[in-house]
Amino acid sequence: MSGGVEKAHLPELLRSRRDAVLGRWVALAAEGVRGRITERELRAELTELYDLIERTVGEEAGGAGAELRAALGEISRNRARQGFSPSETALSVFALKQAVLEQVGATGDVDAYSEFIGFSSRVDDLGLVTFETYSAAREQIIADQMEQLLELSTPVVKLWDGILGVPLVGTLDSARTQVVMETLLERLVETGSQFAVIDITGVPAVDTEVAQHLLKTVMAARLMGTDCVISGIRPQIAQTIVALGIEFGDIETKATLADALAYALGRSGIRLSEGAGA
Amino acid sequence: MERVPILKIGEVLLVSIQIDLQDQTVLALQEDLADRIVKTGARGVIIDITAVDIVDSFIGRMFATIASMSRLMDAETVVVGMRPAVAITLVELGLSLGGVRTALDLEKGMRLLGAPLPGARPGAVGTR
Repeated sequence: MSGGVEKAHLPELLRSRRDAVLGRWVALAAEGVRGRITERELRAELTELYDLIERTVGEEAGGAGAELRAALGEISRNRARQGFSPSETALSVFALKQAVLEQVGATGDVDAYSEFIGFSSRVDDLGLVTFETYSAAREQIIADQMEQLLELSTPVVKLWDGILGVPLVGTLDSARTQVVMETLLERLVETGSQFAVIDITGVPAVDTEVAQHLLKTVMAARLMGTDCVISGIRPQIAQTIVALGIEFGDIETKATLADALAYALGRSGIRLSEGAGA
Repeated sequence: MERVPILKIGEVLLVSIQIDLQDQTVLALQEDLADRIVKTGARGVIIDITAVDIVDSFIGRMFATIASMSRLMDAETVVVGMRPAVAITLVELGLSLGGVRTALDLEKGMRLLGAPLPGARPGAVGTR
């Protein structure tokens, strides 16, 4: 790098025209996020960044750089959680370039222009940092949600005294089957149920793997002394099952949950009578 | 070597497994049980495995062996009280225990065999 005297134009400009640059930066960034974050918050965030950038521009490398990256990372993570798009997040960083360039243009300082090229590539680096942190934060959110989904999507409900229902929604993979199987078996022990109805109305497709998972669950329940009925077999699914040559053996299958419940009630020896006015 | 006790309740023999099963114990149990079925003329055998946490394929096969053996002597076998983890293990091992009847607990197992339950009203048995 060339001597410190020459390099001093831009840091000097950032210092002397601080309010003008910062104000313009906030205005440009606010435009990008279109009122989803208050200008005051934005100004607080950007002022912090600005201070750090001012320090990093002055020195070649050092503590301020790491601090700047950390602060930027924090902001990007927050943006990712608040649901801003990656370009909106990055744009609020890139807006600094325009804000600075306008001020450089206003001074008409040629040396500052040449320094601006270096500064610009630094801002680009910072933009990349926001991108990376943003996507990392997003991936974390997705991973968390997948875990939550796994817990949420496997309820075991009591349909009747001695009859449990397992409404399956979504694709069945081995991880989910494991969760479903464990939850179902635990609940069987708790409730002492004789029947379990596994409803697959919400399962979009049944292939050999899904069928295998279902069979395993039914077998495990049977070993514990509970009969399983599989219900909610839609016409297309029935066709696929036959086309794939999947055998459900002696497992009872029904078209609707109502049929399955009626079957289980019948097998339990419970008779329903229609009341008056029904 | 420890032996698993075989209890007689009416026409049903109850085998409650409370100890860690060694292969020798299992073989002894099969012999004892066969003797007792003949001696008592039992109609049913209930194997209670509520206290069993771990099974392997040998023990899994034991249930099937006892069941077919008992059937030859006209006694039906019911395995009761299997824990979820045990059921999952057996399924993963590919043992579906065909020919063995199962029930959630001892009471339901007795009912399955049509054995009179203590305190049950005569005639009320087997309605569920």
